[in-house]
Amino acid sequence: MKKHQTNDVILQTVTKIASFIILLFSFHIFFAGHNNPGGGFIGGLMTASSFVLLLLAYDLKTVRNILPVNFIYVAASGLFISLCTGIGSFVFGAQFLSHAFDYFQLPLLGKTELATAVLFDIGVYLVVVGVTMTIIQTIGERE
Amino acid sequence: MIEAAKLFIAVFILLGALISLAASFGTLRLPDVYSRIHAASKGATLGIISVLLGVFFYFWLLHGLITAKVLLGIVFVFLTSPVGAHLIARAAYNTGVKMEKKSVQDDYEGYRNFVIKKKKDSYL
Repeated sequence: MKKHQTNDVILQTVTKIASFIILLFSFHIFFAGHNNPGGGFIGGLMTASSFVLLLLAYDLKTVRNILPVNFIYVAASGLFISLCTGIGSFVFGAQFLSHAFDYFQLPLLGKTELATAVLFDIGVYLVVVGVTMTIIQTIGERE
Repeated sequence: MIEAAKLFIAVFILLGALISLAASFGTLRLPDVYSRIHAASKGATLGIISVLLGVFFYFWLLHGLITAKVLLGIVFVFLTSPVGAHLIARAAYNTGVKMEKKSVQDDYEGYRNFVIKKKKDSYL
């Protein structure tokens, strides 16, 4: 049998396009979570799944070079952000984790509703991405 | 006008359902893995795209909504479903699944690459 290099060109080329589509759609899902189905949890899972698609098409080392992030720190910073949004309500004399929203005139977007619940959702998002990627990378690199 | 739009949408959705049915019959009736993949991937892709186009026209013509998510879904299915079929067929070939006896020629014979032994770093 003749030995030659394995040929993953089709998978890798499609992964280059599809992972960006999944990443953009996960951001859309994340920001749509206030008024439509979606939110931090499903957005984080979809972001992690686009990274997992990169892991399937390329090596673990290549993905480490693309995303030089220790995902345990991502999960920890997400927990920290969520805790800070809880504690931040003490500054205004409110109870723990009480949220507020208001309407602002932004330069390009016009009248926009900005809610502090989005900050909490960013924390959830980072925790989900970090935990999923940590699980998959630690399972993947075990010999 | 509305009736014509409804007829248009119904043609798309019924055509998609019929193509999916034909694809499922193909996966039942055809003899080996490769011809089954051939039927399933092409038929299911076109069927799903047709149904999604029907959904898109339903929301556009009858409700006045343009749902970009459905268009994105069409693009995504059209992009990824043949690649999935390609990977399944290649994995079947590399693990030594035989073709049907009636098939005449195998130009790739002797070039099966057993992926798992070759790539040390990969966990594919």
